[in-house]
Amino acid sequence: MTKIIGEFKTELPKEQEFLVLGFSPTSIPIQQRWRNNGLSADFVADYLTTFFPISDDNPTSKLRQEEVKGAVSFIANELLENAMKFHDNSSDYPIKFEINLLEGEDVTVILQVTNSVNFDDFQKFYDFIQELINSDPDDFYIHQLEKSSEDENSSASGLGLLTMINDYGAKLGWKFENQETPVKITTVTTMVQISI
Amino acid sequence: MTEIKGENYTVIYDSNLATISFQGSLRLGGMSEYQPILDLLNDILSKNLPTMTLDLQELDFLNSSGISMLSKFIINARKHQVSQIIIKASANIPWQGKSLKNLQRLLPILQLEFS
Repeated sequence: MTKIIGEFKTELPKEQEFLVLGFSPTSIPIQQRWRNNGLSADFVADYLTTFFPISDDNPTSKLRQEEVKGAVSFIANELLENAMKFHDNSSDYPIKFEINLLEGEDVTVILQVTNSVNFDDFQKFYDFIQELINSDPDDFYIHQLEKSSEDENSSASGLGLLTMINDYGAKLGWKFENQETPVKITTVTTMVQISI
Repeated sequence: MTEIKGENYTVIYDSNLATISFQGSLRLGGMSEYQPILDLLNDILSKNLPTMTLDLQELDFLNSSGISMLSKFIINARKHQVSQIIIKASANIPWQGKSLKNLQRLLPILQLEFS
């Protein structure tokens, strides 16, 4: 089974710039590598600034570089945090993070993360995405914040994804797949696209 | 002075100025880890001071759980409606310009000052 929801590019041009990071959940427990999310996100954001050079002739180029850096480090960190949180710990399927740069008329930065999910989390996440794509993201965002304030221990669910859409103008898509491994594993790939 | 310090961040409360300053990068793993900071904010709120300032000008990064924590505090402040809440933000830190305005939607009388 492969199922795609939202805005998801299945074929990315091979000749463009890309970077892939892999995290094997069996090497160090996920909880102990939380700090790696921030380190990886900052690294990727910094790495990308090379492709958005500052030019003295163009005063907006500095601002543009800072915007790219801020957006990529926020989005990458959220994607990695979600992947670490919802990864099915009973599988040894690695978490894969990938960033692609597509240069056309506009420059598009594509960030994606793949992790395995157990059946319960899959159901909950799938229902959440359905609600998300069928609602006004701005109203849904405020609704999630208000809802979380009633429950002392919970944080607003999906707030990271909603922030990407509302505050960073990102397009989101998901791919769910059953992997052909000896033990049946379902993976979800979340793709985030931002135009620069 | 009350201080909460972690690997990459510091939160300091100066009672003379009724100001809580946030510095560094906050990327804690979920609401339970943010609870000490939220408790500090709510404690100060319960003192019913005329104004209460959150200085975020040196907070380079805040993850979505942190944004959720700030929202919970703002919703709590809306219930009390005693202290005037001021947020000092930096125009040079991209996330602040993008995401802090959402707090104003929760509490329109929130004073959001960019410098």
